[in-house]
Amino acid sequence: MAQAAIELIGINKSFGAVRANRDINLEIARGTIHGIVGENGAGKSTLMSILYGFYQADSGEIRVGGQPASIKTPNDAIALGIGMVHQHFMLVDNFTVLENIILGAESDALLKRSITKARSELERLEREYGLEVDPDAIIEELPVGLQQRVEILKALYRGAEILILDEPTGVLTPAEADHLFRILKQLKEQGKTVVLITHKLREIMAITDTVSVMRQGTMVATRETKKTTVEELAELMVGRRVLLRVEKGEAEAGAVKLAVKNLTVKDSRGVTMVDDISFDLRAGEIVGIAGVAGNGQSELLEAISGIRHAVSGSVMLDGKPIDLTGKADPGELRDRGLAHVPEDRHHVGLVLAFEENENSILGYHDDPRYLKGPFLNVDAIMADAKDKIEKYDIRPSNPRLKTANFSGGNQQKIVLAREMEQDPGVLIVGQPTRGVDVGAIEFIHKRLIAMRDQGKAVLVVSVELDEIRSLSDRILVMFAGRIVGERGPEATEGELGLLMAGVEQEAAA
Amino acid sequence: MDVFIAIVQILDSTIRLSVPLLLACLAGLFSERSGIFDIGLEGKMLVGAFAGAAAASVFHSAFIGLGMAILISVAFAMVHGFASITHRGNQIVSGVAINFIAAGSTIILGQAWFSQGGRTPALQPGERFDAIVWPGAEAVRDVPIIGPIYAELISGHSLLVYLAFLMVPFTWWVLFRTRFGLRLRAVGENPAAVDTAGISVAWLRYRALICTGILTGVAGAYLSMVQNGGFVKDMTAGKGYIALAALIFAKWKPVNAMFACLLFGFLDAAAIRLQGSPLPIIGKVPVQFMQALPYILTVILLAGFIGKAIPPRAGGVPYVKER
Repeated sequence: MAQAAIELIGINKSFGAVRANRDINLEIARGTIHGIVGENGAGKSTLMSILYGFYQADSGEIRVGGQPASIKTPNDAIALGIGMVHQHFMLVDNFTVLENIILGAESDALLKRSITKARSELERLEREYGLEVDPDAIIEELPVGLQQRVEILKALYRGAEILILDEPTGVLTPAEADHLFRILKQLKEQGKTVVLITHKLREIMAITDTVSVMRQGTMVATRETKKTTVEELAELMVGRRVLLRVEKGEAEAGAVKLAVKNLTVKDSRGVTMVDDISFDLRAGEIVGIAGVAGNGQSELLEAISGIRHAVSGSVMLDGKPIDLTGKADPGELRDRGLAHVPEDRHHVGLVLAFEENENSILGYHDDPRYLKGPFLNVDAIMADAKDKIEKYDIRPSNPRLKTANFSGGNQQKIVLAREMEQDPGVLIVGQPTRGVDVGAIEFIHKRLIAMRDQGKAVLVVSVELDEIRSLSDRILVMFAGRIVGERGPEATEGELGLLMAGVEQEAAA
Repeated sequence: MDVFIAIVQILDSTIRLSVPLLLACLAGLFSERSGIFDIGLEGKMLVGAFAGAAAASVFHSAFIGLGMAILISVAFAMVHGFASITHRGNQIVSGVAINFIAAGSTIILGQAWFSQGGRTPALQPGERFDAIVWPGAEAVRDVPIIGPIYAELISGHSLLVYLAFLMVPFTWWVLFRTRFGLRLRAVGENPAAVDTAGISVAWLRYRALICTGILTGVAGAYLSMVQNGGFVKDMTAGKGYIALAALIFAKWKPVNAMFACLLFGFLDAAAIRLQGSPLPIIGKVPVQFMQALPYILTVILLAGFIGKAIPPRAGGVPYVKER
């Protein structure tokens, strides 16, 4: 084995009563790509934050390049050649690329000289690693893929030899993710060490040399990637066998529940995002809408759920039209049996500062079940919340806990429980498992299929092709605001990928 | 020619009246750009005014007065910092508290030390900043057009007036041309980015507040040692709040801030000048209306005429490391 770039010995870290890291030992070889997998809340990010000096370990030792290292601040980590690309980018949105790169590493008290020096250094890095970015572009005007590139450049500019990436592909399109992997491989060839934190097992298999698995704050195993399988890793992560593809029977499609006809939606800039789309959603089937993010799926969802104004077209729910002026009363749609799990649970689906029980009735809080005269019936709400927690295995099982303190997967379960338990006729779900870990994905998929088997109509929009293929009875592919194809669940990934890239359409045109 | 002289005079008092606003506005700019809302500009100006006048009168030196004004104002800024940076308190509450402490303590201390009903003794020449007459100002006074402009508008102001206007390009330079400025703007937008870059968020914000304290100290000294010959209770009279309004109006940019403050100063000057004199067509306008005009205009301008003003994104939010 090559010399270790990093050794972690007996690392412990607690946040109050929560033991985020328990006696962690880890050795990462120089010049390799090392994956760390684990469910949300397994302690991966905490461990890496300790390595980056963001937190202090309660006990344990860190060695960098064989030497014991004391990392008290990110500055110490940077000095030791450790760079980190955070899950939520640490960029100043209204600064230029160059300004972000030099922030904290300015060579001079005056900006002009620092920027001139950084510009030539940046050009060298861009050439060396194939990381092209316009140095004068404003961050918020760049797509997320490029923003991430800036984060990588930022670390390299500081002379990083060890690069930690925390959930780097969560916000990327498949094409952007592929590009990222090419960059990481190139970094490895240049002798850099890459640590990749993720809960997506396919990525681990595709790119890493070794992989370590964390579960509930402990390091449960380290494997050579070649000698392991997705199934084994999933089992190690969750602690039990996991079905990566949920089994389901044939759909028995019934009457049309939701009919979308010639729907056209424009965004706030007046750009057509949904272009003359028509489809039917029947009872007892799951229709999946596939597509690269930003091809109009979000706008389609918002228009159907009455949030966004549609320019033309109609949407019929059980034969009666939905108000498409953007002024629809969401409460009325709920009464008519349309439930919506929004794509962005943090901003639309939940109030993070509320307690779990409050979020579990949000939007249905006028229901007489939860009321006692003009007041909330706290006992009934609590009983209801506890019931949902049990049914949906929401952890921790404390309805009084602030929603922000639940992991992403459990937050998603809170939203799903709220919407599904109202027994809607039509369920619209945006990105059902974004930021959700393997065990919870399995659970959510099973639930969605159970809904279908009860004769509900389910519409799923997801950028995860695996998810679409595993759930859907029919797959609609969106590209540039149009539905460019319909396929059955047996469609191959390659076939759908081509449709998603708009290849077929261009050939036809 | 009378009209011309009148306009020059109004512009002259515009400059004088906008100086405290401008200094306070730039003070607020440093603090808000770093992500700390500072509603306590008013209070810091007030303690600055009191400390300046009191020290100048006791030590018979304008510069000792100015130094003391800055010192005390910075001390108050540090209290705000201790509450809102170190202890992550609510910035608005802390600012309001500072305003109350300032209003009360200046009167109590003034009465205890000088027994003049909360005032400080009238400042003698040498204890205040006098007007600086530029060379040749008297000689050219009678030259048409240029004469009055040079003699009235450019010459004949105190040191602090020139200082205030020099602070505009200086603030711009600090913010947009130095490392400190880059970091200061960054910490107001995304403190986590600054933290992960290995820079201390707290120390950076404290330094921004020191800048704020210095400028509000100068603004206070100007009120009690230039505009007035001593401290009078509540002499800031809401200027700290108008400066905050000007800051929003200026979209947190130094040069815009200067124009915003000049506009508010001009409205003030016009209101004073036009009091009691009938306007053409409209006739006599009540004094109260003229006095209210700057405030009415502030509301109208802020309500819709400046487009969307986007404050620094991390403004008002204490920085807590995410878990």
